[in-house]
Amino acid sequence: MDIKAMTKSELIDALAQKLNHLTYKDVEFSVKTIIEQMAQALAGGERIEIRGFGSFSLHHRPPRMGRNPKTGEAVPLPGKYVPHFKPGKELRDRVNSSMEQ
Amino acid sequence: MALTKAELAEKLFEDLGLNKREAKELVEMFFEEIRDALTKGVQVKLSGFGNFNLRDKRQRPGRNPKTGEEIPITSRRVVTFHPGQKLKARVEAYAGSQQP
Repeated sequence: MDIKAMTKSELIDALAQKLNHLTYKDVEFSVKTIIEQMAQALAGGERIEIRGFGSFSLHHRPPRMGRNPKTGEAVPLPGKYVPHFKPGKELRDRVNSSMEQ
Repeated sequence: MALTKAELAEKLFEDLGLNKREAKELVEMFFEEIRDALTKGVQVKLSGFGNFNLRDKRQRPGRNPKTGEEIPITSRRVVTFHPGQKLKARVEAYAGSQQP
């Protein structure tokens, strides 16, 4: 599969073209605000639920013993939370059906 | 409590002075643009947040958990999300005593 990618600035460009009644600055600031709101929600332990897109939540990783790869010494690693994304049905179906074409 | 499109739009209304209809439209189109890219086989990289990647999975054997009957899980394309360093660090620092 090819590895084309869209970056945040390309996303802003694409939206600004479609929303030409808004200024570029407004679209840019909006995208940054949306992303920051989402990061902030997760950083505060809050879920994100976007219908048709998916949901983000935190998964807990329990404490475990790790190892210093240089010295081989055992080091206790504390438990932590990691962000997790579960695609929603519409996103799953659309992405999957795109493979068949 | 969960963050939803309605709250994201409300924030754009408050912070940017977009009117409510514009704010709602922008939030809707933000997610639609990402869905559209992924549907076209384009991965999406949002710095400060994370990357949405695509993975093609081969067909593999599966089982109907109710009947035990063997049925193949067909090959499929799935979206995976990889949080960026910055988001991981912010979330890790979440020392909430209550479960999220």
